[in-house]
Amino acid sequence: MPTATGSVPGPHSEHHTVLYALSTCIWCRRTRQFLERQGVAFDYIYVDLLQGKEREDALAQVRRWNPSISFPTLVADDSRCVVGAKLEEIKEVLEL
Amino acid sequence: MSEDMAIPPEKVDALYERLDREAEASGYHLNPDREFTRELAEGLLINEGRYGYWACPCRLATGDKQRDLDIICPCDYRDADLLDWESCYCALYVSEGLLRGEREVQPIPEQRPPEGQRAQDLPARAPDRPGREHALPVWRCRVCGYLCARERPPAVCPICKARRERFEHFW
Repeated sequence: MPTATGSVPGPHSEHHTVLYALSTCIWCRRTRQFLERQGVAFDYIYVDLLQGKEREDALAQVRRWNPSISFPTLVADDSRCVVGAKLEEIKEVLEL
Repeated sequence: MSEDMAIPPEKVDALYERLDREAEASGYHLNPDREFTRELAEGLLINEGRYGYWACPCRLATGDKQRDLDIICPCDYRDADLLDWESCYCALYVSEGLLRGEREVQPIPEQRPPEGQRAQDLPARAPDRPGREHALPVWRCRVCGYLCARERPPAVCPICKARRERFEHFW
């Protein structure tokens, strides 16, 4: 099982990147693998593995960007968001 | 929830085979990418261990079955998504075109309405039919639309295998 939250290091750290994901979701897994392959430094949060206040706080963050609260939700620099495993769009936002 | 049990590969295979058999028997198709589909089957088994039911692996379940009813696999949105987008939300089920490999599986938008507007949140539709006192009630499967006239809905939908709690009093 993955840990609920963590950071993945990588040479591409120009953007502060947070991946909100579900540990059981295959599209989240694909997105994470894509970021790793591309060498992006990012933080990840598996919302399904959080409980109580931690989960509420994470959901509040996701809701700000994606009111339908679906996963994966990727937030870059606290200013841009990509909903879903849209790898081309993520490339563009993260300038890969 | 970090106490998820590891799922043995043979359990995943058994579920995969069962889902494939049931899908093909009723006109549905599993995603032909076997590895992809096995991972989804594993997600279903993890969620069964966590929540006691097959919450969609690609959606956040609350653990309250009544609130999660619409996202128990097969979800309420599968059939519409198959028509509109050629796969269901997680892509466990795909259209014939995708099955034949004519197009690639893509992520699709979420059609699930916000909480408060889902089938289980709305008051049960009041059946209104003249002379209904003489007729059997008609039950509708919210997953696939199967209708049956009988005193109570079946334990399992004979078409899509959704369970009794997914039936609504239609008429």
